[in-house]
Amino acid sequence: MTEVHQGRLQTPFYSRFRAVDTLNEWHTWNGYTVCNSPYCADLEYFAIRNATAVFDLSPMNKYRITGPDAGAYLDRLVTRSVSVLRPGRVGYSVWCDHDGKVIDDGTIFHLSEGDYRLCAAGRHAAWFADAAIGFDVEIDDETADVAALAVQGPTSWSVLTRAGFEGLESLKPFGLIYTELRGRPVMVSRTGFTGDLGYELWMSPEDAGAIWDRIFEAGELTGIRAIGTDALELSRIEAGYLAPGLEFLPADETVRSGRSRSPFELGLDWLVDFTKPNFNGRRALAEEQRRGSTWRLVRLDIDGNKPAHNAYIFPRESRNKSDVGFVTSAAWSPVCKKNVALGTVRQPHGLPGETLWVEIYYQREMHWQRKMARATVVEGPFWAPDRRRLTPPSPY
Amino acid sequence: MTERFDAIVVGAGHNGLVCAALLAKAGKKVLVLEARDEVGGAAVTRPFADGFSVSAGAHLLHQLQPKVMKALGVTVPLTNERLSTVALSGSGEHLFIDDHSVAGASDKDAEAFTEFMGWSDTFARFLNRQLMKPPPRLGSGQRKDTIRLARLGLDLRMLGRADMRDFLQLIGQNIYDELDARFDSELLKGAIALDAVTGTHTGPRSPGSLVTWLYRLCTGGHVSQPAGGLGAVSKALADRAEALGVTIQTGVPVDRIVVDNGRVVGVDTAEGRVSSWKVISNADPKTTVFGLVGARHFESTFVRRVHHLRSKGNVAKLHLGLDALPDVAGLRPEDYGGRFLLAPSADAVERAFNPAKYGRCSSKPVFEVCFPSVSDDSCAPAGKHVLSALVQFAPYDHEGGWTDVARADFLDGSVAALDEAMPGLRERILHSELRTPVDLEAEFGVSGGHWHHGELGLDQFMFVRPVAGAAQYRMPLDGLYLCGAGTHPGGGVTGAPGYNAAQVILERERSR
Repeated sequence: MTEVHQGRLQTPFYSRFRAVDTLNEWHTWNGYTVCNSPYCADLEYFAIRNATAVFDLSPMNKYRITGPDAGAYLDRLVTRSVSVLRPGRVGYSVWCDHDGKVIDDGTIFHLSEGDYRLCAAGRHAAWFADAAIGFDVEIDDETADVAALAVQGPTSWSVLTRAGFEGLESLKPFGLIYTELRGRPVMVSRTGFTGDLGYELWMSPEDAGAIWDRIFEAGELTGIRAIGTDALELSRIEAGYLAPGLEFLPADETVRSGRSRSPFELGLDWLVDFTKPNFNGRRALAEEQRRGSTWRLVRLDIDGNKPAHNAYIFPRESRNKSDVGFVTSAAWSPVCKKNVALGTVRQPHGLPGETLWVEIYYQREMHWQRKMARATVVEGPFWAPDRRRLTPPSPY
Repeated sequence: MTERFDAIVVGAGHNGLVCAALLAKAGKKVLVLEARDEVGGAAVTRPFADGFSVSAGAHLLHQLQPKVMKALGVTVPLTNERLSTVALSGSGEHLFIDDHSVAGASDKDAEAFTEFMGWSDTFARFLNRQLMKPPPRLGSGQRKDTIRLARLGLDLRMLGRADMRDFLQLIGQNIYDELDARFDSELLKGAIALDAVTGTHTGPRSPGSLVTWLYRLCTGGHVSQPAGGLGAVSKALADRAEALGVTIQTGVPVDRIVVDNGRVVGVDTAEGRVSSWKVISNADPKTTVFGLVGARHFESTFVRRVHHLRSKGNVAKLHLGLDALPDVAGLRPEDYGGRFLLAPSADAVERAFNPAKYGRCSSKPVFEVCFPSVSDDSCAPAGKHVLSALVQFAPYDHEGGWTDVARADFLDGSVAALDEAMPGLRERILHSELRTPVDLEAEFGVSGGHWHHGELGLDQFMFVRPVAGAAQYRMPLDGLYLCGAGTHPGGGVTGAPGYNAAQVILERERSR
């Protein structure tokens, strides 16, 4: 019998994080010990936007999907078309239950013909296994077998190239290549959660330490920093990406009706492909498209500088009218110099350009203050610099 | 073949034929495609040795429903309209069971039996009223479902306060305890216990075995033997269907049911594609989903339910060609035309079931036996006879696989047990054929070789038969329907599933 590990697991980069950590602020992510912030979340954030930030994403759940029906299986599982995803490409998608509600989102890596890796924040082995009934496909949870490191920021390409990675100059966004670093095989994908130029490195846990060391050695002069989840979260909001548990709850975890969200309600219409063969949630989504959705995800540009955490959203400044939704993620964005938020509002509200109002609460010397702030619905991410797409990226 | 049909029925089992005929009667252009060379599915008569033939699947008729026969104007010629039932005793003290009376038992048991049958009939009649209508869809919010549910509730309430309470209590109960509370005779308990569990993967002590007993009674309560075997019933239905304008093609297997853009558009056969907006599958739910349509065309939650449908058969069929009838002490010559139950006690049935839970055959099987040749001389050469038996239990999932050795062992064990109850039988055997659930699966294309295309249990009953999301004959794929034994009310040559499926299909058309 295999021994069941008791207590929190350590990622292959744990020792490296311990070495740079000064705050000792950690939490659990998928059973692994991960760092909130090794020294200063603000400085870590600026490493993402101005230099190179290194984030340990090893706890991310990684499922390997192989077999003759792998492509067809994924096409039935997720809402987007997987058959158009060529080998060497990565695609973002969501998957739904039979009511067309989102269970989770994740990225699908087409590693080589018929060989896929699906990465997701949540655990889905049971759902994936059920969905495999009737398909000639094998699904392995390789979370512990693959160490993963996000190397993000404007100087990330230069740092990685200096470290000795080859071939990154022609790697386009959402592309992946197999390469090596001093004889250690590494898969590099141009993906990330920061909305900026960045890469994710996938390697064997045994090689993790050596590769980390080499990258930090190469990045020393360009401000490379290890970062924790706090800094990443801020960059995630700026990039306008969804976080499961915040922007939506996994449909299989909600109890009350109406608490889950469809892809349409999350602004992911472009991910729902009705031209491909059947997929989970298709009938319900077609019906929703016909009847209209209830909710809409909004990106808000809010007046003032007080983050609108947990704020109710109103259609007018006066709060006489009942609210139309609430904020799900909020932050003051240093790079945009804007007070930004993601929220969910009842349709027909939430179309780009609409002016809404948020009720912001903040505490000042024990006493709570409340103020109404104007919130403009904007389209697209708050932060999307051209450099994130530039191939080859600019050197530093 | 570029012809377009209003509906294509896949499989010419008796339910497929009933459904096709009813649709044709309503003016639809219907095509029935049958993979085998003859119609009938598991209601078929075929030779098993030179000069000997037998109903190779179902061997007795548990009543084609009057409503079906009336709707189609079909009659089935019977050689024996009402078979008597004999519970065979090793000591020659057999029990002769009629609908509501038993001869050969003690006065107390005889009286208790009459009372028991009356009690059973009350609930069987309630179930009977549910046979010929689709079960209501729960929570659909639609008026017709609400009405159907209300009718069901009313039917239940009309049982009266005491009987309704009894019914709600007995739903999960087992037959064993009920029999134990009522009778002394082990033989009588064995006979009823066997009838209660025949065709299912349950023993008399399994919860729900009282409901399967009532299900057996609710289709009519008596069994008949059609002239020419069960195949003659199918032929009569096929003739009637053709007379109503149905096109029936045999020897044309459907490779797949074609789906385009989320709906059914026709079927593919070796001869090409036949188009239709409606395809009605007479095949079992698993074969339909995995073999004909493909899992990818359904939601994974639905596929999971179908995948986990309990549908492993547990009954073997034994066909013997006999030189002469056995000579059983205590039987009169006319008794041989009846139905024999070989189950010395309810415990014997339960013990026979025990090994089946673990993938092993009964070492002492229990039997339902008949000699169709007694009243129908078309099935054996002059003077010779046919024995047809349902042998329990023979699990589909035999632990070592149904190898030649396993078959030979089970055949030997079965013949030995029969020979014990009917001394001298062994010497009279000219030919023998044992059909395990695996053989029945291969012969009739029924997944798991299960009679009912899926276990008849409370978890697969009415609203959830075969599974939730398909209990109204409509699959969660536009244009696809089910009409076989896997649907409500279940197996047996009743025609009810086919009839109900046709009603649903026509009702949907009218509401458009």
